[in-house]
Amino acid sequence: MIPVPPAIQRIPWKLIAILSGITGFGLLVLYSAAGGSWSPWAWQQGVRFLVFMIAALVIGRFPIRIFEDFSYIAYIGVLVLLIAVELLGFVGGGSQRWLNLGFMNLQPSELMKVAIVVALARFYAQLPPGNTRTFTALWPALIMIGFPAALVMLQPDLGTALAISIGGVVVMFVAGLPLWWFGGTAVAGLAALPILFSFLHGYQQKRVLIFLDPESDPLGAGYHISQSKIAIGSGGIGGKGFLNGSQSHLDYLPEGHTDFIFATMAEEWGLIGGLALLFGFFLLLRWSTRVALKARTRFGQLTAAGLTMTIFFYIAINLMMVMGLAPVVGIPLPLFSYGGSSMLTIMTCVGIVLAIENDSKTGARRLH
Amino acid sequence: MPKKKSLPITEAWRGITFTRRALVVGGAQAAIGVALAARMAYISVIDNDRYVLESESNRVNLTLVPPRRGWIVDRNGKALANNRVSLRIDIIPDRLHDKAGVLGQLRTLLRLDGDTMERINRDLKAASGFQPVAVAEDMTEAEYSSILVRLPELPGVAPQRGFARNYPTGAAVGHLIGYVGAPTAEEYQKVKDPLYITPGFRTGKDGLEKYFQTMLRGKPGAKRVEVTARGKVVRELETTPDEQGKTVHLTIDADLQDYVARRMGRESGAAIVIDCQNGDILSFVSMPSFDPNSFSDGISSNEYAWLRADDHQPLINKATRGLYPPGSTLKPMVAIAAVEQGVDPSERHTCIGGYRLGRRFFRCLGVHGSLDMASAIMKSCNSYFYWLAHRLGYDAIAPTARLMGLGEEFQLAGSQQRYGTIPDSAWKMKKYDQPWSASDSLNAVIGQGYVSVNPLQLAVMTARIASGRRLYPRLINRQFKNEPLPFSPEALAVARQGMDLVVNGAGTAVRSRLPLDGITMAGKTGTAQVRGLGTGNGKSGTWKYRDHGLFVGFAPVVNPRYAAAVVIEHGMGGARAAAPVAKDFMTFLFDREKAMEALETFEAGWGGTIKERMDRDYAAWKSGVPSDPDPGVPQ
Repeated sequence: MIPVPPAIQRIPWKLIAILSGITGFGLLVLYSAAGGSWSPWAWQQGVRFLVFMIAALVIGRFPIRIFEDFSYIAYIGVLVLLIAVELLGFVGGGSQRWLNLGFMNLQPSELMKVAIVVALARFYAQLPPGNTRTFTALWPALIMIGFPAALVMLQPDLGTALAISIGGVVVMFVAGLPLWWFGGTAVAGLAALPILFSFLHGYQQKRVLIFLDPESDPLGAGYHISQSKIAIGSGGIGGKGFLNGSQSHLDYLPEGHTDFIFATMAEEWGLIGGLALLFGFFLLLRWSTRVALKARTRFGQLTAAGLTMTIFFYIAINLMMVMGLAPVVGIPLPLFSYGGSSMLTIMTCVGIVLAIENDSKTGARRLH
Repeated sequence: MPKKKSLPITEAWRGITFTRRALVVGGAQAAIGVALAARMAYISVIDNDRYVLESESNRVNLTLVPPRRGWIVDRNGKALANNRVSLRIDIIPDRLHDKAGVLGQLRTLLRLDGDTMERINRDLKAASGFQPVAVAEDMTEAEYSSILVRLPELPGVAPQRGFARNYPTGAAVGHLIGYVGAPTAEEYQKVKDPLYITPGFRTGKDGLEKYFQTMLRGKPGAKRVEVTARGKVVRELETTPDEQGKTVHLTIDADLQDYVARRMGRESGAAIVIDCQNGDILSFVSMPSFDPNSFSDGISSNEYAWLRADDHQPLINKATRGLYPPGSTLKPMVAIAAVEQGVDPSERHTCIGGYRLGRRFFRCLGVHGSLDMASAIMKSCNSYFYWLAHRLGYDAIAPTARLMGLGEEFQLAGSQQRYGTIPDSAWKMKKYDQPWSASDSLNAVIGQGYVSVNPLQLAVMTARIASGRRLYPRLINRQFKNEPLPFSPEALAVARQGMDLVVNGAGTAVRSRLPLDGITMAGKTGTAQVRGLGTGNGKSGTWKYRDHGLFVGFAPVVNPRYAAAVVIEHGMGGARAAAPVAKDFMTFLFDREKAMEALETFEAGWGGTIKERMDRDYAAWKSGVPSDPDPGVPQ
């Protein structure tokens, strides 16, 4: 056998293959969504992917210690940015979600999805085991989740607030907090649902109501879901064929290159394309879950598990939305949808998980 | 999961818990993944048919193209009803995004009035999707192109080149052909055919248009185009051309029809011409009439009110729905009945100015002296026929009347008929529970009393006398036996001879001899009293109390070719009002130029053609000036 140089061996080829497969498929769909053209979406998305991919590989080489040490600082930094956005929005009148950095628009709420997981992982990694089932294990975490989630809700961005919360809650769950806390919260949450509903903005309430009965307004707010289901359903098993999707090409499908890209894909590639994509995501999540299980440190375990959930949440909510199982919340499909913010978040997650994987390969398991 | 508090929480326990819970989370994720896959499979496999359909109905916009209606042509193939190009503007509700803006522009461009705007708004509310809503029809080229050039600023507006029904001779064929109109909501509810709510589609509403609706309708075409969500047409997929409705061939002679209608002038009445060879109806006129073109475009309520207000009743087809006492026009028929009953036509009766029946004296219009049957017809002597009726009784005459088609409802395409009464003793007993009296016979024999007929029956009677066959009137080529009448040649000969004398002897209609060499017309005048017998003289006074003028005739006298009946309501006398009309259209059948000359002279006096007069009358009516209630008597 030809000896493979260690430098090449250390590059996670399988992971790169999975990510490239998903993104590459996405590029084809973007190419089709643009009416058979690499511009304006596919070309830019491809370049962006390469940049973020390299960034993720670089992050993956960082020692895990760095993430642990900077976790609180990063969390506080992102929190400050969130408040800044809120203030800017307040000053500017109306809602604002991003900061203009000149070269790109930064959405602090996207960064928060990662920061919350890392910060909570650190918190639970440092928590003495004996305190796991005490109140000490609960209240700092609740504040850490609740503060940014509330700020994001103010923007208002229900989807991201949920993503932040779910990432944090999963870290709490795998950290070993008593089960009945989660069960109790779930029951209380269900009971409080009508009250929470009343806190939502008018258009958010409408989205939820239309999700419950999309046919009630097929030309208005239910239009997105109806058209998305038509696109997926009319694709059938084999799809209408590449570049042949009428729903997307004739503009019946709104947001066909961003939030509803799955419908664009399903129309042309059918059930087969959908299952292939789901399989790709399955491989990605299986990899990160395995990393979590094999992680050498407790911080690594919790972080990897939380970030896996963050990635999963994107996928699940987006797919549920396009298939009419969830309200329209404006969450893109990771790596597939056109857009920089979500890809930045996902690739950061991937990079950190990669660092945890590299860490677990280098030394003995050390859970403290 | 360790529940006991006594168990110490160690790092080892924490590790196990993490692994367990991470697997739970992973398992939950996998389960959701499977559920998503199942959901997708459900949508794309089980519901596939439904969504393919919805996707197609998104993508493809199907517009029905109303079929061109079949023509209605006369015996020579000349169009009585055809189609003309009509420029129209519709709105496609689905593509109308700026409703107020677009409607506002249309309103200024086309100068639409408030009523129209209200209707458009109402239709838009009721319509949905790609079902077009009509904005304007029958636009001028200028209006149409003013919309065409602004089309990019008017999303949702769809200009169309369609077809509209056209009646070249207008009012002349109103009662014959009927008219078409947009289907009503009830009609649509009944058939649920989307064609019925397609702008530009018309169904027959009256007359032959209604009767032959299924034949004339044709098959709609369809235009399939691929459209974007914003309604932009990407490409035309395929267009199925419409299939024009079938042509209906009538027995009518379009030129004669038009001539007769025009010759009726300002009078109210009906005229029918029948071909004595086969029963073909050559002309079927009831005047005044309405212009079916106005109805087909959707008549304005104003114009309709004008038609309804007219005391000459332009909306009633007097040829089949007008019932009149036939007066003396029945005398040739009575003569035939009498001969059949064994009366010798050469037997003479002396007219002393009337006939005494018991204590009553039935007056004649003159003192005619000694008359045989033919000269009694010629002079229209009532005394002679009173004498016959008294002698034979009307029960002996009524069967002949019925054989002549009087009192009969004919199977005639598209006509609604009132068929009147030929009375006899049984009829009277049944209707009034009274026995028939001799005076009833006397009244009936001169076409008064209980007798009432419609003009079509009079024309059929004349055609049957002229041909000796039981001709059945027809508007389309239907086959009838037309067997010979069971009358002796002598009986028919006496009637024809009497009718010949009426015009060409010393009769009542000598002034209506045909101005032709070698062709003569036979006929019989009739004057029917509108008021009861003997009250007023019916020759003057208010129009609606004047006597009706009737005339039946055929030409040529030898080998008759054409038979006709003319009724002029309140024309004050058959010889005066009806016979001259018959004279002119009979002339037309043999010498068009001569007849046209006569007509043009008349029309100059009446104030122009039918259309010109109608337009003027309508304008006058709208401005509040009542139209002339007392039309002058022709000649």
